[in-house]
Amino acid sequence: MAAQSIAAPGARLEVRKTYKLFVGGKFPRSESGRTYEVADAKGRFLANAALGSRKDAREAVVAARAAQAGWAGATAYNRGQVLYRVAELLEGRREQFVAEVAAGEGLSTRKAEAAVSAAVDRWVWYAGWTDKVAQVAGSANPVAGPYFNISAPEPTGVVVVIAPQTSSLLGLVSVIAPPLVTGNTVVVVSSEARPLPAITLSEVLATSDVPGGVVNVLTGRTAELGPPLASHLDVNAIDVGGALGADGLAWGDLEAAAAENVKRVLRPPVGDREPDWTEAPHPRRILAFTETKTVWHPKGV
Amino acid sequence: MSTTTPSSVPATDASPGTGSVNPSDPSADEIATLARAVTGAVDLDDAAWRRYLHGLPGVDRVGADARAATLGTRSIKTTSKAWALDTIIRMVDLTTLEGADTAGKVRSLAAKAVRPEPDDPSCPSAAAVCVYNDLVPVAVEALAGTGVKVAAVSTAFPSGRASRAVRLADTADAVQAGADEIDMVIDRGAFLSGRYAQVFDDIVAVREACHADGRDAHLKVILETGELVTYDNVRRASWLAMLAGADFIKTSTGKISPAATLPVTVVMLEAVRDFRAATGRQVGVKPAGGIRTSKDAIKYLVAVNETVGEDWLDPDWFRFGASSLLNDVLMQRQKLSTGAYSGPDYVTVD
Repeated sequence: MAAQSIAAPGARLEVRKTYKLFVGGKFPRSESGRTYEVADAKGRFLANAALGSRKDAREAVVAARAAQAGWAGATAYNRGQVLYRVAELLEGRREQFVAEVAAGEGLSTRKAEAAVSAAVDRWVWYAGWTDKVAQVAGSANPVAGPYFNISAPEPTGVVVVIAPQTSSLLGLVSVIAPPLVTGNTVVVVSSEARPLPAITLSEVLATSDVPGGVVNVLTGRTAELGPPLASHLDVNAIDVGGALGADGLAWGDLEAAAAENVKRVLRPPVGDREPDWTEAPHPRRILAFTETKTVWHPKGV
Repeated sequence: MSTTTPSSVPATDASPGTGSVNPSDPSADEIATLARAVTGAVDLDDAAWRRYLHGLPGVDRVGADARAATLGTRSIKTTSKAWALDTIIRMVDLTTLEGADTAGKVRSLAAKAVRPEPDDPSCPSAAAVCVYNDLVPVAVEALAGTGVKVAAVSTAFPSGRASRAVRLADTADAVQAGADEIDMVIDRGAFLSGRYAQVFDDIVAVREACHADGRDAHLKVILETGELVTYDNVRRASWLAMLAGADFIKTSTGKISPAATLPVTVVMLEAVRDFRAATGRQVGVKPAGGIRTSKDAIKYLVAVNETVGEDWLDPDWFRFGASSLLNDVLMQRQKLSTGAYSGPDYVTVD
């Protein structure tokens, strides 16, 4: 290693990173002070990540709620620019993501590179949707009267995303980008065993133009963080897909808890298997977290 | 902190100053006699007050901050937390002090003070509704027979920059309209420039106005600690107000930042504790402004219990001046009863 040859004969002290949560644009430690060991695909130690608690989840929802109006109030064009810039920064961290995905998912470097490329492309694809979704999902409805009748999609609000357990970057990007498109804010519970790409993504988001609180990343036990978020009355929607394969958690329980305040629930696909994230994306993930607003306006002729 | 759950019925007739500690309200003469006895001065002029107030032990700022920070680290959970939340609700002076206040807003606030949680009969009422003078009649009408008090901010609130005659007329107006409690501001300019006798006389005169025509409005004296600069001044102003016959000493108007802080409240709690030890008269404390979360309010309860003891853990002796605090307490209360985190959609917007 270059560092060793410079500092020989004594090796250079390792500069180790402290992995933390990402809440409200800041990087707090877990309120509980707990951490857990993250291992690579072969079971070797990789890092200590923050073991988030339900109070961290509560703080994340507060941050997401505070950021929601501003994010939804930005113009669609502006949201597209901001999200595109995230893709630029993702590309800039390519090597780090490749290393983390390869270690965490046990992929060859070539396959990991393909996964990272797909993730960046996925982000760009969703960024392009911000100012187009209303044209596709909205409509001018014919009505029997002298009125314009126009329907347009609006963001649902605060969306909780339980991220996929296996696909730690491509899967993660594929579930958090869609709700952001229309102006939702997101609280994401990262993959329990493979949180490192989510943590690095939070560093990307922190240095991009995404306002603090629009995306909040929690690491920890999915079975501990999922239920309080699913039952939280200030959450408007939940994507429970990541509960598949999580220890001690059934997505049906999350859906049942979410019923209390009639959250929108995005279920995993039929068959209860994590989707193949390399398949072409579809705007239905965007529309899962929208509400349709219809206005009547007199034509005045 | 005790975990016994007190009756959730709001206090109705027990009032500050009528408890067993203070057998009768002293007259102006008795107040002056007491002040002379405590200060050891025959003539209560500025020089005498300066000798006395500046002779009070100084406050160790770093020590007070550290003490308050330590009190803030206590963890109050489960049954103690449930008790604390209900106690906080019973101690809240639900406040609206905006130029844009309307009769309708005061009525809705009054309804909320009586039944903070309409779905839950076990939820106690707030202590009082605190409004500007001209809205007192509205609040009195809305709260008649409920046991919730009406507090009025008088004496040219919040600055107090008016002649004494105007401030007294302001007070008399609120008392005539039926206010149960008067929140007055001291003249911080006079206090800071050393005209202590003037501040003392102001408070005594306002107190007289509170008791005019056989009425018995209780007097809360706002020190506006954010403008007093030092903790030494807070201690001096506390003693001056208590010697002038205040039933309560209150931190702030809420219009100045910083408003209530925990260290300032601890200093004031120490003052009321020492005052009772010296004179036998118990005075209440009301932190106001800037207390927005249950967590903060519980820290104040811990400070009360640790500094002055359970005698003050009662709405007759400790109040919170707050508006948004109540919603947060209600959300925490819902969390305790349902187990799910609540949100602002489930409390009233006010």
